[in-house]
Amino acid sequence: MILHEFISYDVLRVIWWALLGVLLIGFALTDGFDMGVGALLPFVAKTDIERRVVINTVGPVWEGNQVWFILGGGAIFAAWPPLYAVSFSGFYLAMFVILAALIVRPVAFKYRSKRESARWRTAWDWALFAGGAVPALLFGVAVGNVLQGVPFELTPDLFARYEGAFYAKFFGLLNPFAILAGVVSLAMLVTHGAAWLSFKAEGVVATRARSVGAVSGLVTIVGYVLAGIWLAFGIEGYAFASDVAANGPSNPLYTEVLRTDSWLSAYAARPWIALAPVLGLLGMVMTVLGMRAGREGKTLLWSKLGIFGAISSVGLTMFPFILPSSIDPRSSLTVWDSSSSHQTLFVMLVATVIFMPMILVYTAWVYKVLWGKVTEADVTESSSAY
Amino acid sequence: MEFDIVELSRLQFAMTAMYHFLFVPLTLGLAVLVAIMETVYVMTDRPIWRQMTKFWGMLFGINFAIGVATGITMEFQFGMNWSYFSHYVGDIFGAPLALEGLMAFFLEATFVGLFFFGWDKLSKVGHLIVTWLVAIGSNFSALWILIANGWMQNPVGAEFNPDTMRMEMTSFFEVMFNEVAQAKFVHTVSAGYVTASVFVLGVSAWYLLKGRHVELARRSITVAASFGLASALSVVVLGDESGYSATHSQRMKLAAIEGMWESEPAPASFTLIGLPDQEARETKYAVHIPYLMGLIGTRSLTREIAGIDELIAESETRIRSGIIAYDALMTIREERDATSPDVRSTFEAHSGDLGYAFLLKRYVDDPRDATEAQIVQASNDTLPTVWPLFWAFRIMVGLGFSFIAIMAYFFWRSSFRGQDYPHWALWGAVLIIPTPWIAAELGWFVAEYGRQPWTVDGVLPTALSVSHLSVTDLLLTLAGFMIFYTVLFVVEMGLMLKYIRKGPFEDVEETEAWTARHEHRLRTHDGKGPFAETPAE
Repeated sequence: MILHEFISYDVLRVIWWALLGVLLIGFALTDGFDMGVGALLPFVAKTDIERRVVINTVGPVWEGNQVWFILGGGAIFAAWPPLYAVSFSGFYLAMFVILAALIVRPVAFKYRSKRESARWRTAWDWALFAGGAVPALLFGVAVGNVLQGVPFELTPDLFARYEGAFYAKFFGLLNPFAILAGVVSLAMLVTHGAAWLSFKAEGVVATRARSVGAVSGLVTIVGYVLAGIWLAFGIEGYAFASDVAANGPSNPLYTEVLRTDSWLSAYAARPWIALAPVLGLLGMVMTVLGMRAGREGKTLLWSKLGIFGAISSVGLTMFPFILPSSIDPRSSLTVWDSSSSHQTLFVMLVATVIFMPMILVYTAWVYKVLWGKVTEADVTESSSAY
Repeated sequence: MEFDIVELSRLQFAMTAMYHFLFVPLTLGLAVLVAIMETVYVMTDRPIWRQMTKFWGMLFGINFAIGVATGITMEFQFGMNWSYFSHYVGDIFGAPLALEGLMAFFLEATFVGLFFFGWDKLSKVGHLIVTWLVAIGSNFSALWILIANGWMQNPVGAEFNPDTMRMEMTSFFEVMFNEVAQAKFVHTVSAGYVTASVFVLGVSAWYLLKGRHVELARRSITVAASFGLASALSVVVLGDESGYSATHSQRMKLAAIEGMWESEPAPASFTLIGLPDQEARETKYAVHIPYLMGLIGTRSLTREIAGIDELIAESETRIRSGIIAYDALMTIREERDATSPDVRSTFEAHSGDLGYAFLLKRYVDDPRDATEAQIVQASNDTLPTVWPLFWAFRIMVGLGFSFIAIMAYFFWRSSFRGQDYPHWALWGAVLIIPTPWIAAELGWFVAEYGRQPWTVDGVLPTALSVSHLSVTDLLLTLAGFMIFYTVLFVVEMGLMLKYIRKGPFEDVEETEAWTARHEHRLRTHDGKGPFAETPAE
């Protein structure tokens, strides 16, 4: 097949870098509120019927939302195999914890209300809490570690080796900057979940969600700004030390990389990327104001803008780096040297161009069918409600 | 006790994959059965069919939740535990996994919520379409996963790139239409249909024995037996198709399944039963059926099928050729663009055997330093242990044939004996519920264990495919999965049994109202058929 020659390799790489962002943002925008709702469950809903209302606001959609995560994993595997190979094995135990949380969550949704026992239901409520809060925290921790660089090196066979014993690898992830990033991510998704509840639930649940959301929204803003300052002054960045062939083969060892004073030199080179953190902060501030004023739909939209800005700011700051290595900078994975082959990127792009619009259309249709608030009556009268 | 990263990684993968596949076949089959039931409902408007749809749909939901949850593990485990595999073949293997998400899983997961929550929000036909989309989505899912797995068995449409030290796709078309993948897909999906049919049949038989929900149970048996019969036939026929394609693509697996040590003159006989002895390299007390193997394997009377000894000798040749490829590769890596064309052409001539040189890495860091003894050892490694394959395959096939007989019997009673089933047959149907799962797990065992020592046949050895992890890492996650999955299994079975015991929700008023309307229509002979609305009286 020579069709793939129509789009050059470097352009395809940039497109797939952007698509990676689209998938991560799609995941955070959709499954993000499911996780936020899970984390909020024990706090905004006290009685069984309140909890069922909360669960049923996401009941029909969480399954589809979670596919953003699964597709994200599949797309990283297909488009950025070295990233998939290095990061998932490097964050091994953290990935296991995330997996456990994500496995328990679907089951908790489905099974919680299938028995009357209060103990049964309370146990699953806490499972939903953990299934939401733990991944939300750990995704942020992972981003915090990626920004600092991960202790791996590639052998000439491109086999990834990691420094440190297993506990050092796991607890090493929980360094102060990464924890701050985790708190930002958790607070941001909790706020998003609160915005969703304010939109889909009513009465006391919505009111409580708004008051929690106003606080977690503030935490997000403060944490995001602090992390930005820390990144500017306390964390080294990475840069290429040799010429890079943007069309070259995907072998990270073909290029030289060195540490720089700060990632923020990217903003000097490409000032327009400052738009991302600015939009993110605007979204976060408007979300908090919306929570206080009791606005529903608009607050959810602002919250989406906040998440969009925050995630894009990380990607744009690091570009073209994707996963830098702290112990052997040369092994760092970048857009130009850790993608799939030209042909695979092209085939996958064609598939994405065909199917992604279909997914967006039918997902929108499902949300339209389910439009409107979930009431206590909806939950008690329907035989299929969770 | 000594632990080995490769063995622990294999154990974890086998455990989580086989656990995942406890839920997959029922999802595949029940989705279609439920869609068929709902189709009958929409066509006839009889409430009982909607009750059936909802009841089996509820059991589908309980099963689906764990199927999805344990599938996430599968998607991420390649990166977590098989990091070098992910690097080495991700360019090809990742694509079908991503396509599965794009084309199939999104469809299935987005609409499954509406299947449960949309009964009052959608028109009848609208809901039916949703149900079919869930069924189509889950089956498409299986297609892409089996394209990925089929490529591991028969790696077509790819070649090694020395610059990136990995396999890269040369033809997506060949990967997608890989004959092994296509045969596997239909075989696996049909096996899922049989599983769901046996499940529906068994649960319904239990209701008949208890004299409960008789109307629902009888109709369910009719649907399950007709669908199950067609599927059971298709499983066996397409299993045979797999056998045919294995003859040229996975010859060692085929020879091991057969316990066929020496090449036989065509047409080879099929060993019905016997005791394979790995040490002595013979199958003792073998009972042969003449000609059969030649016919299954080659569909001819004249072509030969290679035996184990011949294949091991062939591996040795390929290892030697692989060492030449490896040597050239090292030069290319050293000199890059300055490499002489001679070295390049040497590499190209031998690169198909590079994977065979990697077999030596178990014994020596640099395959070029391997001793004669190590080369012989590595060629012997290309034969997996024969007896588990030999037996697993025969039990699976035996079960496959018995499903045809069972489904045919129930189909006959349902169609020609007025849906009257003897007690013993109903008890039998209840007792055989676990058997399709056994057959399916054995099938996967044959496919995956039979491919050892490779993760990708002839390309990448299993021993090289793992991640850089510690034994502690693996023991922690292995214990975690074991505890976690056991708890989930207990919870799942408990709920399934609870809802089966509780039985379907029968809306008596609605059924009676429908019957009255129906009889009224028959009395008045208004000729409008069952779709017409009865005028208000």
